[in-house]
Amino acid sequence: MEAQQAPTATMLHRNQVPAWIMNVALVIVIAVLWPISVAFDKYLDSYVLDVLIRIGVAIILAVSLNLINGITGQFSLGHAGFMALGAYTGGVLLKHYQNQIPGELLPATFIGVTILGGVVASAAGLIVGIPTLRLSGDYLAIATLGFGEIIAVVLNQIDSIGKFEVGGSAGLHNIPHITNFFWTYAWVVICVVVIARLVYSAKGKPFFAVREDEIAAAAMGIDTTYYKVAAFVIGAFFAGVAGVLSATLSGNLDPGDFNFVKSIVIVVMVVLGGSGSITGSVLAAILLTYLPEQLRAFEDWRLVIYALLLIVMMLVRPEGLLGNRELWWTRKRLAFPEE
Amino acid sequence: MALLEIENLGIGFGGLQAVAGFNFSLNQGELVGLIGPNGAGKTTVFNIVTGVYRPTAGDVRLEGKSIAGMKPFRVNRLGIARTFQNIRLFGGLSVLDNVLIGFNQSVAHGFLGTVVRSRRQQLEERMHEQEAIDLLRTFDLLGRLDDPARTLAYGPQRRLEIARALATRPKILMLDEPAAGMNPQEKMELMELIGAVRRKFHVGIWLIEHDMKLVMSICERITVLDHGETIAAGTPQQVQDNPKVIEAYLGKAEV
Repeated sequence: MEAQQAPTATMLHRNQVPAWIMNVALVIVIAVLWPISVAFDKYLDSYVLDVLIRIGVAIILAVSLNLINGITGQFSLGHAGFMALGAYTGGVLLKHYQNQIPGELLPATFIGVTILGGVVASAAGLIVGIPTLRLSGDYLAIATLGFGEIIAVVLNQIDSIGKFEVGGSAGLHNIPHITNFFWTYAWVVICVVVIARLVYSAKGKPFFAVREDEIAAAAMGIDTTYYKVAAFVIGAFFAGVAGVLSATLSGNLDPGDFNFVKSIVIVVMVVLGGSGSITGSVLAAILLTYLPEQLRAFEDWRLVIYALLLIVMMLVRPEGLLGNRELWWTRKRLAFPEE
Repeated sequence: MALLEIENLGIGFGGLQAVAGFNFSLNQGELVGLIGPNGAGKTTVFNIVTGVYRPTAGDVRLEGKSIAGMKPFRVNRLGIARTFQNIRLFGGLSVLDNVLIGFNQSVAHGFLGTVVRSRRQQLEERMHEQEAIDLLRTFDLLGRLDDPARTLAYGPQRRLEIARALATRPKILMLDEPAAGMNPQEKMELMELIGAVRRKFHVGIWLIEHDMKLVMSICERITVLDHGETIAAGTPQQVQDNPKVIEAYLGKAEV
């Protein structure tokens, strides 16, 4: 066959939905969450709703850690530390001011506090990110583990900051219950969309390049330091958001909840879903939050079965559920002529 | 003033003087070779120029501006791109993505534009994809667009690495043993390709190569290194006839 048509960029994108339609659709999706949330509060069993919300928080944690660990390849064990900073920022402020916030301003205040929790965690991500840049692999894992433990220990020691109650080792209790289905899943949508759009784009591809080969990335003009710190700052932001959500879900905070075990649980989600796969992290977060609940029937054997499942999973599919792939892969390429 | 000027360059690692008194210049559109026996310091020179090592003596100037000791990503942004002796592709990423990453410094929109998928972002992505496809066509890699780079055979991997380097829009392209591990047929094709690249992209090409036939046939000038010292420099004919070069490669004749 002669004179084959050469592929062009327009062909690459022929069946892609225009960006503005996608943006409008996303706003609609978030808006629709509100009536669903109201209905869930009314009709859904409170235990089921609680599990649903905890799944949402887990998705945010797993996807944000995936940006750092899976996509940028910087093995961090400090995600619970970032989450703790967000959780305490939100918990302390909302508890202190709970009687002074007028009801109609509560949603706006909560949005503000959630973002603030994320920003505080982000700042910590920046501070942790810079010195740990010289480290990689096991050394980075240990340094971030140290960071997470320091946060947990410090929170354990602080009873109050000025007039703000922090709770110390007794924990912080009676935080107003604000988190519901809507707030959680609105953030899930934002977190997944932001991180997915970020990394699957021209501006975000260097995140993968840093993971694949740092020396080659630098030789291609990529400021690897910038991208590594950016991964920590963005990942920590969403961990902080997840922290605020979880603080106002149960109403209780205990420094022990944010030790390295919590970090490892999130790492397991990322690895099980497939390092680098965002949809994989989502799946794993659902599975690993839902499964322990289902296994409650087995009482004492619950954690044993859970652990066995993880071992079998890693033996059968070491690359994780989805490996490097994504579930959505919308961009279908037209068949290219082999030349 | 030449595009790239290297003056009295030297580097020592502890007690070992790996390169000493190295002088060199390269102009736009030139094709120049760097040869020498194993361990002569060829790759070390490349690593100094691209910012991997900081020289202990001398200076490297690009368009009159010193770039010695600059970080590798800055050197690349100023217009020097390279390939590696032991191919360093982004193995898990697709062939297309490898080249698209090369365009990273031409991305004008920020993180926010990316997240909201701004009009400008969409436009730039399309433009870069078009350019990437054009590049990959030149390098005969179109058929493997979506395959992970590590699944390519050796020859195509070398070609992809050159394509990726060109995506950074360099003024100078430095190729570290581009023909290593290729069969004679592939080497022939590579030689033609390098010639075509020079004509099409107007870059100065500086290449390290072991295959004398390849170097002699395509380079206009050649520098010969041995034990970190420049033992000869000139046209292929001059270098070929230089007794020092013959000695370095074949050893001293015992009479």
